[in-house]
Amino acid sequence: MAENVIELSGLTKQYGGFTAVNGLTLTIAKGEVFGLLGPNGAGKTTTILMMLGLTERTSGSARICGFDPARSALQVKRRVGYMPDDIGFYEDRTGLDNLMYTARLNGLAPAEARRSAEALLEKVGLASSGKSKVATYSRGMRQRLGLADVLIKNPEVIILDEPTLGIDPEGVRELLALISDLSRNEGITVLLSSHQLQQVQQICDRVGLFVRGNLIACGDIAALSRELNQELRVEVELAAQPWSEGLAARLQALEGVLALDTAEWKADNAPAGSLLATLTCERNLTSQIASEVIGSGAELHYIRRKEPGLDEIYHRYFEKREDGA
Amino acid sequence: MNAKAQSLELLSSIRQKLRDLLRRSQAPSGTGELPERSGSSAFWVMVQKELGDHIRSWRFTILIGIIVLACIGSIYSSLTAIRDNGTGQGAGDSFLFLKMFTLSSSSLSIPTFTTFLSWLGPLIGIALGFDAVNSERNKGTLGRLMSQPIYRDDFLKAKFAASLILIAIVVFALGLLVTGLGLLTMGYPPTPEEFWRILFFLIIAVVYIGFWLNLSILFSIRFRQAATSALSGIAVWLFLTLFYSMIINLIGSATAVPDTAAVSEQLRHANFILTLNRLSPSELFAETITTMLSPGVRSLGPLTMDQLVGAISAPLPLGQSVLLIWPQLTGLLAETVLCFGISYYLFMRQEIRSRN
Repeated sequence: MAENVIELSGLTKQYGGFTAVNGLTLTIAKGEVFGLLGPNGAGKTTTILMMLGLTERTSGSARICGFDPARSALQVKRRVGYMPDDIGFYEDRTGLDNLMYTARLNGLAPAEARRSAEALLEKVGLASSGKSKVATYSRGMRQRLGLADVLIKNPEVIILDEPTLGIDPEGVRELLALISDLSRNEGITVLLSSHQLQQVQQICDRVGLFVRGNLIACGDIAALSRELNQELRVEVELAAQPWSEGLAARLQALEGVLALDTAEWKADNAPAGSLLATLTCERNLTSQIASEVIGSGAELHYIRRKEPGLDEIYHRYFEKREDGA
Repeated sequence: MNAKAQSLELLSSIRQKLRDLLRRSQAPSGTGELPERSGSSAFWVMVQKELGDHIRSWRFTILIGIIVLACIGSIYSSLTAIRDNGTGQGAGDSFLFLKMFTLSSSSLSIPTFTTFLSWLGPLIGIALGFDAVNSERNKGTLGRLMSQPIYRDDFLKAKFAASLILIAIVVFALGLLVTGLGLLTMGYPPTPEEFWRILFFLIIAVVYIGFWLNLSILFSIRFRQAATSALSGIAVWLFLTLFYSMIINLIGSATAVPDTAAVSEQLRHANFILTLNRLSPSELFAETITTMLSPGVRSLGPLTMDQLVGAISAPLPLGQSVLLIWPQLTGLLAETVLCFGISYYLFMRQEIRSRN
């Protein structure tokens, strides 16, 4: 696992005066699922294109599977499967034809190409539509065909640019399951870029937050939230019955509690008219708050320390950057 | 229809040969992972695919239809003319066969085969090339293709090679069809020299259409919209075939020297106008095919009476005709290579992004 498949160091791309990617340093180990997150225009696609040697870098170095994409692009492309964000196929050819074409371009003999194309269509669940023209495919089917197209060269690394774009939630779930399955069972390293955080969160081992050409944070999701929690406040949600002004005052009097907000509690099992309070604390005061509520004689229905999801991490990083700017 | 069937047949035999060639090149290295081999075989895979795409396309079917019709018309016209004139032409019976390509009936007003080819040839070239690169880009297949282990220039070369192979097949099929048809109706076999001249003429036609193909590929790289590149191609074609000569005429009359001027001055002026004319590939093509198909043509520039004194009025042998058009042929090739060079330069520097 220690073997690094992707090593980028100081990778920079400038378009005239505009810096699209600024000194990106990143290593990805074999078999890892890495999510490159960032808003539109953050430089994700540019980074990927540089990794494939499709765009010349301005400075820095990159090694993919031990090869420099700028010098031996062919070696890199033979080992890396890339699915562009807006994948296109030859519409008037069948899915099978499209796959076979890719296979033949990768040096497979016709018979062999056909065999592996059929096997892959089976794998991505398109076996029944392989013989129909791609023009008749739905968006989700295209995306799955794209995955098959990437896999047909038996890659060591697959790079997926916005793989979940424009697919319905069920389709996203299936696609992601397929991707994580590939990584787990076949040891393929996966790099996927996305701006849809929730989805990426499910399958990524590590994520990197990429904003305006800079990698501002990198690590697994737990590490990212730990990093956040050191400097940010903890939020505790609770619902107690009966809620009284006195209780609110007691909670606010606790040392370290900074603010208290109340809103209507909208859970399935919430008693009518009950309130959900959100306490902002300097540190984790969950247990003190719980004992305070119970000590006051009220029933504690629900208490939870809010774990920042990727959405929140992302949002906070953004806030931080905007404050800093 | 006959032509199409024949061209398809020819194509399949060429495919078979290509396949054999491929197999032979693959055989010694077995299943090794030589990078070079994969590169070159990918090139032929692309050529194969492009050829298949072209042949199945409606565009190609329509073009072939138009051209076959034009061919039949021109052959009919030239045969009528030959029959009417009989052998009453100045140079006797010599090169009667070639007249099928250059003669047209005065009563039918249908242009000759060569005129049709120089008119419709560019159209084939433009039609086969105008969306070569930008349609792949717009469909989003370019990014996918470029992430396969192929060289970027192989893609461009494959596009060009596939279309050129197709053009060569069409031109040769038509030319030989016309020859065959003439043989049947006239019952007069071509002499070996005539045959070689026809073959040369067809090769030159392929080069000429290749120039237009290259130009339209260049436009397809430069312009993101297929419609823009098609229109640019057609605009250049119209300009060179219609307006260019008008403009040259204008310049000619504006800079004209008086009739009383010295011979050297008049010659210089004539040569100047000729040089301007020869910038246009259509002019170069017209000169080459005239020389190739009318052996009586012995000079393409102005001749003084002095030079003609003592000349025997006899047709030039094939070698001399080729020598005469060598500069024109070189110019035509140079213009083609220039277009390809610019395309290559533009394409190698272009970013491969999907649909933007």
